Amino acid sequence: MNMMSEAAVEKALDRQMNDISYKMIGKDVSVYYGEKRALYDVNLNVRENTVTALIGPSGCGKSTFLRTLNRMNDTIDGCRVTGRITLDSDDIYDPNIDVVELRARVGMVFQKPNPFPKSIYENVAYGPRIHGLAKAKADMDAIVEQSLQKAGLWNEVKDRLHEGGTGLSGGQQQRLCIARAVAVSPEVILMDEPCSALDPIATAKVEELIHELRANFTIVIVTHSMQQAARVSQRTAMFHLGNLVEENDTDKMFTNPDDQRTQDYIMGRFG
Amino acid sequence: MSQVSTSPALGIATKPERRDIGLRRRYAAERRFRLYGMAAIAFGLLFLFLLLFSVVSKGYTAFQQTMITIPIEFSEQIIDKNNERATNPQKLVTANYPVVARNALAKVLGVSEDDRAGLKAVNGMISDSVRVQLRNLVTADPSIIGTTQTVTVLAHGDLDSAFKGQIDLTVPETNRKVSDKQVGWMNQLAESGALSKHFNTGLFTNGASSRPEAAGVGVALIGSLYMMLIVLVLSLPIGVAASIYLEEFAPKNRFTDLIEVNINNLAAVPSIVYGLLGLAVFINFAGFPRSAALVGGLVLTLMTLPTIIIATRAALKAVPPSIRAAALGLGASRMQTVFHHVLPLAMPGILTGTIIGLAHALGETAPLLLIGMVAFVADVPATPMDPATALPVQIYMWANEAERAFVERTSGAIIVLLIFLILMNVGAILLRRRFERRW
Repeated sequence: MNMMSEAAVEKALDRQMNDISYKMIGKDVSVYYGEKRALYDVNLNVRENTVTALIGPSGCGKSTFLRTLNRMNDTIDGCRVTGRITLDSDDIYDPNIDVVELRARVGMVFQKPNPFPKSIYENVAYGPRIHGLAKAKADMDAIVEQSLQKAGLWNEVKDRLHEGGTGLSGGQQQRLCIARAVAVSPEVILMDEPCSALDPIATAKVEELIHELRANFTIVIVTHSMQQAARVSQRTAMFHLGNLVEENDTDKMFTNPDDQRTQDYIMGRFG
Repeated sequence: MSQVSTSPALGIATKPERRDIGLRRRYAAERRFRLYGMAAIAFGLLFLFLLLFSVVSKGYTAFQQTMITIPIEFSEQIIDKNNERATNPQKLVTANYPVVARNALAKVLGVSEDDRAGLKAVNGMISDSVRVQLRNLVTADPSIIGTTQTVTVLAHGDLDSAFKGQIDLTVPETNRKVSDKQVGWMNQLAESGALSKHFNTGLFTNGASSRPEAAGVGVALIGSLYMMLIVLVLSLPIGVAASIYLEEFAPKNRFTDLIEVNINNLAAVPSIVYGLLGLAVFINFAGFPRSAALVGGLVLTLMTLPTIIIATRAALKAVPPSIRAAALGLGASRMQTVFHHVLPLAMPGILTGTIIGLAHALGETAPLLLIGMVAFVADVPATPMDPATALPVQIYMWANEAERAFVERTSGAIIVLLIFLILMNVGAILLRRRFERRW
């Protein structure tokens, strides 16, 4: 039985390798916070239209890696990134790459829901507005509606679009943040523990949403919950002490990982 | 289920010996601390009440002024005896108007024109400011010469004090400013309704005067207003721009640390030092006029800037970093992040800091003394370049005067200043409420 499933996994992997391309490629990525090194030569590729989960114990560097993908680390004083990360074929740390444009292509959802203290409509419309994506008010209305629909929030908020976004429940706020990220039509969406502040029901909704978003976006998600990684992702990468331990198909990762440390972490022996 | 029903009956666990965890001591400490707190607040309130009581009880009379309403004959004999006014316009300006008023009051009181001592006493009941008042009436309309008009003139400051009961009439007559005869006339006029207290509009419109009854805070109000406008217009944009740059854009290195330390030190520099700086830079070096509200405003701007910068930086720091991350993550530029999200959220703090800085500047006296704003300015300044005084400086100058009538004016001016300060603080609270948002 074990052999069978392994063979099936291999087959599935081959198929994926053949028709799925890499959206982002990280090569020898190291991150330093001042003198302290947080990531050691990570080589990790992100596949297009795939959910990639980054797991590992606290402080292992998974969030740090995620934040290198849209250069959010730039905002931290004393943070230095070496190595090479490409989005399609562009090196995103190339001096010619504009960080504002990069973040319009690689959106982000944060751990704690952080809607702007403005109306629901304004929260979603802000991104398209600063990037000039809608010419007329009708276009903007359409973008807002589509984004909220993609985030599964439209039916809940369509009658109160102009009420404050901070008045929503935690789960709704997080979906509003996802709608806000989606509204810019990015190619990649980074999610940094998007469900850690949510209750199980809200978590289930967000996970379902991640599933649906996969059709249009490439998603990288950091999570503390291995069950969540198993539920939502197709590929999983395991970090430990700033090193990438293993990157594999999620199915294989949770049944028959290559590395003993992954095995131990998944079995709950540490972390 | 069956397990529960078949399990043996459980006894109650034996209570261990009670431990002494110092509850009494802890509660006593808490009660003591609360008592200290209440005592501190009571102490503060007591002194606030004493201050307000002393100022208001001394100053409220300044808002009323004793005036005498009498028919005044604009006698051609006195004003323009030789009928020269067509050829010599100076004649109407230099005419002896106090005599016109004195004669009118003497006539009402029935004092003979030959009784020199009586006339002198009558003259002492009318303010010298009647000269200007009547001159203005006549020059505005020379045709009133030769007619009799009913005019309300200011009573002399001493009579005003006597009428308000501020002069002790049991003191021997020779030791006080108002004679028994004048007091008798005063009562007679008050009974007939000619002498009464009116609301003191002159307090708000007049400039400096050596006669207390004609002195007002008009010039000081205008001067303070000009200075506040200058401070607001200069220090708010400069202070906010400096804070935003330091907080959101500047790299954190030794140089910006040095700037931060210096700004904090500047906020603690005694204000008189700013006055010296203003004297050296704006007056001696730049050649701006002395006593001008412009220079005062510039000096107060320098003094207020550190306060505004510190308050604004604190307000910017208090905006949650998650808001910045959200905007940056959507691809907003740093400037868009600051101006669309951070600044609006920091607005209540910035406005509060600004208004408190302005209120501080409004009450500042020492630096203004050094740039010549402690001056006798009788004419309302038309522009900030004209000589002016400021409210606290006017209070300082009046506090140095000896007359009883200036004592109440000093307190009256303090009340005016306090009202402005309270209004500004209420404005700060209202603005804060208006802009405050939850996140």
